Amino acid sequence: MMVGHVAPSGAARKFSAMHFGKIVLLFASLVALAAWTSNPRREGQQSAPPTVATTRTDGLAAWQQVYSVLTHPRCINCHTATNYPQQGDDRHRHFANVLRGPEGKGVPALQCVTCHQTANADSTGVPGAHDWHLAPFSMKWQDLNDKILSSTEICRSLTDRSKNDNRDGAALLKHNTEEPLVLWAFQPGRRSDGSMRTLPPLTHEEFVTATRTWVEAGTPCPQTR
Amino acid sequence: MEIYTITVNGLSKQVTVDPGTPLLWVLREELKMTGTKYGCGIAACGACTVHLGGVATRSCVVPISLVGSRPVVTIEAMATDPVGRAVQDEWVSLDVVQCGYCQSGQIMSAAALLKSIPKPTDKDIEESMGGNLCRCATYVRIREAIKSASQQLKV
Repeated sequence: MMVGHVAPSGAARKFSAMHFGKIVLLFASLVALAAWTSNPRREGQQSAPPTVATTRTDGLAAWQQVYSVLTHPRCINCHTATNYPQQGDDRHRHFANVLRGPEGKGVPALQCVTCHQTANADSTGVPGAHDWHLAPFSMKWQDLNDKILSSTEICRSLTDRSKNDNRDGAALLKHNTEEPLVLWAFQPGRRSDGSMRTLPPLTHEEFVTATRTWVEAGTPCPQTR
Repeated sequence: MEIYTITVNGLSKQVTVDPGTPLLWVLREELKMTGTKYGCGIAACGACTVHLGGVATRSCVVPISLVGSRPVVTIEAMATDPVGRAVQDEWVSLDVVQCGYCQSGQIMSAAALLKSIPKPTDKDIEESMGGNLCRCATYVRIREAIKSASQQLKV
């Protein structure tokens, strides 16, 4: 028995045409969405209106992802409320009597760059990146007892332009996308024993995506502490 | 192994070493400049302090690959540096040294401090010198020598 093409009936042609139109529409939407999400010019720009409005719920969910990175030791160790940085996953006080100094870069004969160079020194276990320094007190994410601030507290601080170096949402996104010390957190190099330093819970790409979603939602902050 | 050309005390030096070799090892083993001391090897004691691009730097943790074009100045050049000379003179005058092992690092940090803050307070001295350890505990004499050197220098 031979199997050949069978001419569709009228009803079948109408059904196919209707669904073809839907498929074309869906495909066009996907292409538009892909073009929007992959456009590198969007990074660092003022929040471009997304195709589908980002809701506050989306933004809050994204913020929690951002918060999980900000409070990782690779980030928070240099966002202290004290006059010294921390180090290690247990966030202990930096050894060798290292101090914050007036500009967050140490003191004259004991600066951050006394040890921290412009790149990780994996042969000696000292991390490094351009302009190694502490975040200013206004950007502290811990209290004086080294207790990490709540999601609400950090969110409010991060979005307060009197505390965040006058950054709007776009500038915050740019900071999380490009700042060398932020980038370092995702490539923190090796410890002196040769093991790799632990990484934040998101990849840098995921972190930027979460930041973008949060910014596009209007940088909402959780209401409860 | 790679070839590196670095400037040490104003002179160009070429060494062939592994990129991860600490500057301290290059100075002591390759260039035979043993004035800079190996203490802890983890930047915890300050004995290996040199000036790298004018910044007091722990040479035991800086790989040669990250030195770049920044000039290296070691304890061997301090006698010809006005601030270094003043510090060394007061070190002798006040008989600061006991065993002496940490003192080249102490002098390098003291010189860096005075170049940044010509008239340091006690707090400035304690903070800046806090990373330089002395097992003989000559800290009081170190502080006095820095203050005395400061007085000798014209601001």
